[in-house]
Amino acid sequence: MTDANTQGAGQAAQASNGQGLANQAEIESVVGRILVELKDIPGPLLPILHEVQHQLGYVPDSSLPIIGKALNISRAEVHGVVTFYHHFSSKPRGRHIIEVCRAESCQSMGGRDLEAHAKSALGLDWYQTTMDKEITLEPVFCLGNCACSPAIRVGDEVYGRMDAEQFDEIVDELRTVPLAFSANPAEVK
Amino acid sequence: MTTIVKVFIPRDSAALSVGAERVSKKLTQLAAEQDTVVDLVRNGSRGLFWLEPMVEVDTPEGRVAYGPVAPKDLPSLIEAGLLNNASPSDRQAHPLYLGLTEEIEYLKKQQRLTFARAGIIDPVSLTDYKSTHGYDGLVRALDMSSQALVDEVKDSGLRGRGGAAFPTGIKWQTVLNTPAAQKYIICNADEGDSGTFADRLQMEADPFALIEGMTIAGLAVEATQGYIYLREEYPHAKDILNEAIQVAEQNGYLGENILDSGKTFHLEVRIGAKAYICGEETALMESLEGKRGMVRPKPPLPAIEGLFGQPTVVNNVLSLSTIAIILAKGGKFYQEFGMGRSRGTMPFQLAGNLKYPGLVETAFGITMKELLFDFGGGTRSGRPMRSVQSGGPLGAYLPESQWHLEMDYEALSAEGAVLGHGGLVAFDDTVDMLEQARFSLEFCVEESCGKCTPCRIGSTRGVEVIDRIRADENRDDNLELLEDLCDTMVSGSLCAMGGMTPFPVQSALEHFGEDFQKPSNNQEAGQ
Repeated sequence: MTDANTQGAGQAAQASNGQGLANQAEIESVVGRILVELKDIPGPLLPILHEVQHQLGYVPDSSLPIIGKALNISRAEVHGVVTFYHHFSSKPRGRHIIEVCRAESCQSMGGRDLEAHAKSALGLDWYQTTMDKEITLEPVFCLGNCACSPAIRVGDEVYGRMDAEQFDEIVDELRTVPLAFSANPAEVK
Repeated sequence: MTTIVKVFIPRDSAALSVGAERVSKKLTQLAAEQDTVVDLVRNGSRGLFWLEPMVEVDTPEGRVAYGPVAPKDLPSLIEAGLLNNASPSDRQAHPLYLGLTEEIEYLKKQQRLTFARAGIIDPVSLTDYKSTHGYDGLVRALDMSSQALVDEVKDSGLRGRGGAAFPTGIKWQTVLNTPAAQKYIICNADEGDSGTFADRLQMEADPFALIEGMTIAGLAVEATQGYIYLREEYPHAKDILNEAIQVAEQNGYLGENILDSGKTFHLEVRIGAKAYICGEETALMESLEGKRGMVRPKPPLPAIEGLFGQPTVVNNVLSLSTIAIILAKGGKFYQEFGMGRSRGTMPFQLAGNLKYPGLVETAFGITMKELLFDFGGGTRSGRPMRSVQSGGPLGAYLPESQWHLEMDYEALSAEGAVLGHGGLVAFDDTVDMLEQARFSLEFCVEESCGKCTPCRIGSTRGVEVIDRIRADENRDDNLELLEDLCDTMVSGSLCAMGGMTPFPVQSALEHFGEDFQKPSNNQEAGQ
């Protein structure tokens, strides 16, 4: 729990961008709302975890007993599911997630070089986040964009025919946007 | 005078990935500056991906295409008559002009049945869908008995397009024969194989075909609930499917009392969470139930005890989408395409290092060479092609001596190759096949569900053994060990993940053995 996260709704919005830890009160309220909505559908656990990660940016450990109790399964079972799937993260990640495809089609078009470039340009290994909490680098096995290899994904956007130069441009843009926002007086209340 | 021009710019994720959204915005802006009203349709891609973003315009002669179009090309395109009633000869002056879309060789040579509407219609327009024989199949199916529907699918000879090629009609018969209060239809949309994108394109370009196919499947086996298990990596497909499902519900094609028939079928999209193994049907069902995606031993078959213990049809996106046309045109019509026991058409996907990568739907029996060169145009890099992986990450790497093979389930498997989901990934001569073999095992380390030992431990040991070969430690002994390990994985694994991971490794050893004999100076090449 950090100071920044104890200041109410404005900070909750920040947490949902994937930055920083959420506080326990927020976790309980967000998870509680999600459970009310989803716990009675058939096979509810994955939809619940997706929604928790969508709203909080990650699946906090402290949410597991709450989810387990609502579904009448053990905390261990929930933990087992969270850790089985590559998509779910137990830790907060960066504001932006960059996924670089590691699969064969991208390899045939220089994907291995692109992976190496992404790591060195960001100074990260897989699943690590930049110091400024802006970018998390993740591997992905195929984005289904194999006719436009190599491919990366940033949030919900896929980019094809990628190379080192374009990668740097995208990273540059991602890092520029938040600064532009804070410089806009209308955005700063 | 204001003119209205109908322009098509795809919204499928491949076209978007190379800038279709920017082209669309720029075109709207430029048209507004002129006295031109553009009726912009966001279609799916035609599958000619090297030409994306491809812009099509409706003309008196038919739809004409331009591509690949970048935003900066638009002013000159407009000058050359993009938005006017320019004559074909005027249009031809622009280097990006491709002529009538239907006349493009790559498209013209295909036999599109499953993908008949891809790129032609607005994917979420029910009007467009119905005007191209959409829902003809369902209307016919509503007048047929369940058994007659299953028989029609059996007659078509359709086999599972996900890769296992099990006859769809037989699977349906088992579910129909198993009495239960609740049965399920699951669409396996966890298209994880590298080199494949046909499921994604189908869902993004013609989602109603899948919805119609699933509804018919529900009628055929008396199931009232369907789930599309869609991989998390396909966010655009999710949005398009959900929109199409909503439209179908609002218009009486889904839900209670479908088209006043008294029949019910509900459909829901469920999202995976990045786990390749969930493309295996029993792991998929575990995942849908909210568990780890661990493979279940078979028997019991999912058709008898599947989702939540109930009889369940699990079919691939393409199999289910093809059901729509089989019911519309009849099983016999579909059965007339193809060769041997592989009936109908197959949407092949040309990927990797190719000049013209894309979707090629054609009858079974075309040779791999025709696909790679006549359609694919050889390598994009211009270097000699050395190796082709067929059928995804669990498929063998094939050398040139095998490219004459006909694309048919039996013909490929006789040679130890896999047709699978129809993907081909081409590599040029810069490929290091030891690294590719190592990657296959590393992928299995990442993606094994861990239930059976040969897959869980074998993959890890395999990576280590290849590392020792690469470092020239007891090379001959380790090569022997690697072959032994592959045998153990093939014979001892519970499902295709562990059982087929050795295929690319064994084929690399067999056909590209020289790459395993290099001095140990390339240690840094792999990750």
